[in-house]
Amino acid sequence: MRPGLRGSTLASGALGLLSAVLVVLLFFSHVPPHLAEALRANGRAQAAAAGLTDPALFNEARYARNGALADPHAPFQDHPMALEHFPAGSLMPPPVRARLD
Amino acid sequence: MDYAVASLRRRRGRNLGLFLAYTLLVFLLASVVLYGDALRREARALLADAPELVVQRLNAGRQDLVPVAWLDTLRGMRGVRGLEGRLWGYYYDPSIGANLTFQVPLEAPPPPGQVAIGAALARARGLEPGDVFSLRTYAGQPYVFTVERILSPASELASADLLLLNAADYRAFFGLPAAVYTDLALRVGNEREVRKVAEKVLERLPGARVITRDEMRRTYEAAFNWRQGLLLTLLSTVLVAFALLAWDKASGLSAEERREIGILKALGWDTGDVLRMKLWEGALVSLGAFLAGYILAWLHVFHADAPLFTAVLKGWSVLYPSFVLQPQVDLAQLAALAFLSVLPYVAATLIPVWRAATLDPDEVMRA
Repeated sequence: MRPGLRGSTLASGALGLLSAVLVVLLFFSHVPPHLAEALRANGRAQAAAAGLTDPALFNEARYARNGALADPHAPFQDHPMALEHFPAGSLMPPPVRARLD
Repeated sequence: MDYAVASLRRRRGRNLGLFLAYTLLVFLLASVVLYGDALRREARALLADAPELVVQRLNAGRQDLVPVAWLDTLRGMRGVRGLEGRLWGYYYDPSIGANLTFQVPLEAPPPPGQVAIGAALARARGLEPGDVFSLRTYAGQPYVFTVERILSPASELASADLLLLNAADYRAFFGLPAAVYTDLALRVGNEREVRKVAEKVLERLPGARVITRDEMRRTYEAAFNWRQGLLLTLLSTVLVAFALLAWDKASGLSAEERREIGILKALGWDTGDVLRMKLWEGALVSLGAFLAGYILAWLHVFHADAPLFTAVLKGWSVLYPSFVLQPQVDLAQLAALAFLSVLPYVAATLIPVWRAATLDPDEVMRA
């Protein structure tokens, strides 16, 4: 530390620098919603044309691949007492179902 | 503030350790929130045009193939703009050890013998447009496909493991009779009528299961909700460890710190001055750690493809999609994170200091 540089100056400088880095980072990497929509248009069109209902995020196990269409009450489809072997099974919750009467 | 900085510097090792642990905690918490939110936005955009209703047939509690006659049963229903049978299923490809999703697209299916494949599948099998490859059918015979095109890498989140083919090839490959579909997709003209139409479908087909687009969307909202799932389970251990560390530092003032407060009071500082000094100390540590942790989390999620979470989400998938998350600043989320991470620490620091600072200097120094 340079002689005469006060602790408060140093601390304010460090916090100011971190704040400036954060503002610059957020400002330059932020994608405005309309631009983000344009960037997603291709994937969205492809998903609509194919009639997809789920992202291909959990494709290691059949029962997690199309989670939104899966059975809500049968997460372990192999046999009773089977422990979950696929990590996706721990991340993908059972599908949400509204009551339709 | 000068005094607060000098005080922090006197206990350099301890405060630096606390700062690093604090930064790590904010980094993990902010990474989970940013990643979950960004994935939820992508999934929501992707499913925005999914069929409003999917009708499945249940047979003794299990999903079964839908007979073509169901299309006639539902045809002409008020509010339904479109009605189509979908054909889709899974195929385990032993050559790459991956599950593929076979699907007949609702619009513009590939010509007979040709397929459109996802970019991750093309990479895994080393396929280019025009290449010929064969897969073993369920009857044990090789079935030859020509790659018509590779689906755009920009859509990989939706199409990584997809193999799009036409209905005749699909039925021939899986040995499926012509009179069945996997499920039915319904298009409903008015978003507000979806529930009513779903109820009417159930009236006509009591053995069916009807899934609305809103339910599909909510399933993924729940999957990416940072308050749920494995990520928070992992994070909660770090959170508890940090709470213990902060509690230890904040609740039990060391004898040295108590003596310091006593001396300051004897020198003429009043309770307000001591509190202000300690407030600065806590604010410098927590605000600095919050800013550093948030910056690192932003870089981790949006500029380094979140390697910490990709490993967890990828699991044992072979055809894991490579996708770009669009960074979007959410000031409310930033404020909530700041509120959750800075304020509790500052408050926890102030209470024991206030207790010591309100005592008589003589009493504090002798204690």
